[in-house]
Amino acid sequence: MYDFAYHRAKSAADATALLKGKSEGRAMAGGMTLIPTLKQRLARPSDVVDLAGAKDLAGIKAEGGGLTIGAMTRHGAVATSTEVKSTIPALASLAGHIGDPQVRNRGTIGGSVANNDPAADYPAAVLALGATINTTTRKIAADQFFKGLFETALGEGELITSISFPKPEKAAYVKFPNPASRYAMVGVFVAKTAGGVRVAVTGAGPGVFRVKAMEDALAKNFSSAAIKDIKVPTDGLNSDIHGSAEYRAHLVGVMARRAVDAASK
Amino acid sequence: MSISVSMTVNGKAVSGKVEARTLLVQFLRENLSMTGTHVGCDTSQCGACVVHVDGQSVKSCTMLAVQAEGAKVMTIEGLAPSADKLHPMQEAFRDNHALQCGFCTPGMVMSAVDMVKRHNYQLDEATVRRELEGNLCRCTGYHNIVKAILAAAPAMKAAGV
Repeated sequence: MYDFAYHRAKSAADATALLKGKSEGRAMAGGMTLIPTLKQRLARPSDVVDLAGAKDLAGIKAEGGGLTIGAMTRHGAVATSTEVKSTIPALASLAGHIGDPQVRNRGTIGGSVANNDPAADYPAAVLALGATINTTTRKIAADQFFKGLFETALGEGELITSISFPKPEKAAYVKFPNPASRYAMVGVFVAKTAGGVRVAVTGAGPGVFRVKAMEDALAKNFSSAAIKDIKVPTDGLNSDIHGSAEYRAHLVGVMARRAVDAASK
Repeated sequence: MSISVSMTVNGKAVSGKVEARTLLVQFLRENLSMTGTHVGCDTSQCGACVVHVDGQSVKSCTMLAVQAEGAKVMTIEGLAPSADKLHPMQEAFRDNHALQCGFCTPGMVMSAVDMVKRHNYQLDEATVRRELEGNLCRCTGYHNIVKAILAAAPAMKAAGV
């Protein structure tokens, strides 16, 4: 790891001020991706601004019938929150299956969403639930936020402060974890909200995406039978030593049907 | 760049000079010469480096020493109540022969103690196996590790730890 200047932010505003003018500066949430990246010398930030002390960035609030979760809220806290378990149980379950217990004690929702790893779990929930990403400067709808491989709509120095989720009528997330890394080979979040039905897929492509054909079919008939004949095109899907694009396309169908069944229970 | 850090390790106030990039595990092993916490994979997968920070299990190879400023850190060295008495989890590992080469053991024990407490001393085999997701034993000695944790849960409750 190359050395860097380390700063502790006391608040979101403090973090923004610390990052200002530092074009090679990076914010650190839980560090579960950033620290391994630094170790591999894949990044060389001049400055690292630690957000752990920014108390205004953590916590879970019930708001407008849904939930607003602070960016620095750890996966373990989301997984065990009675508020999340009663309002969006699918989200608590998703958080409880990220990485391992030690990673869940450090990793944060804001860090995961800002990083937009193509196999991360949270982006699927954010997109399927039609969540709103609140940042230090604006509110961004999930559909406008994810821009492909590790890319988001966040501008330079812009930080996620919290994410607001509406309460769904039905929702479930099912993933097929890689047996070694436990990252999602394919993960599908299905949600039925006031805004309609959404199906968001992670792990299969360069970034999280929706499957319109399944959404349309599920809007008419919310059952796994309604989507059993829908084939997901292999165009642009990941093909690597863990599985071909065809394999992943097939898994999207299987995971989506399991998610619909789980959401219907 | 040299930075001063202070924290409590196993109940004792410690401090030292580190670089921003110094990992918590490096600080424990190299600054404090507490080599009970191991570095296995150094990529946050194997769990040999698990310690407790403010009561939560974390991988100390994926946390900077400066991130533990002011924290209460517990390592495998701090678990036993005295020099001649083991913690119930350590005792259970010994009774169940839950180690072969022993390299993963410090992390296994620290993860196990955290697991038992989070589950309020009530565990079943499937839960223990799922909870051990972040700890690898390259001797593949999981069976006895699982047995030891199941045996330690009521022992920890009885001992009030």
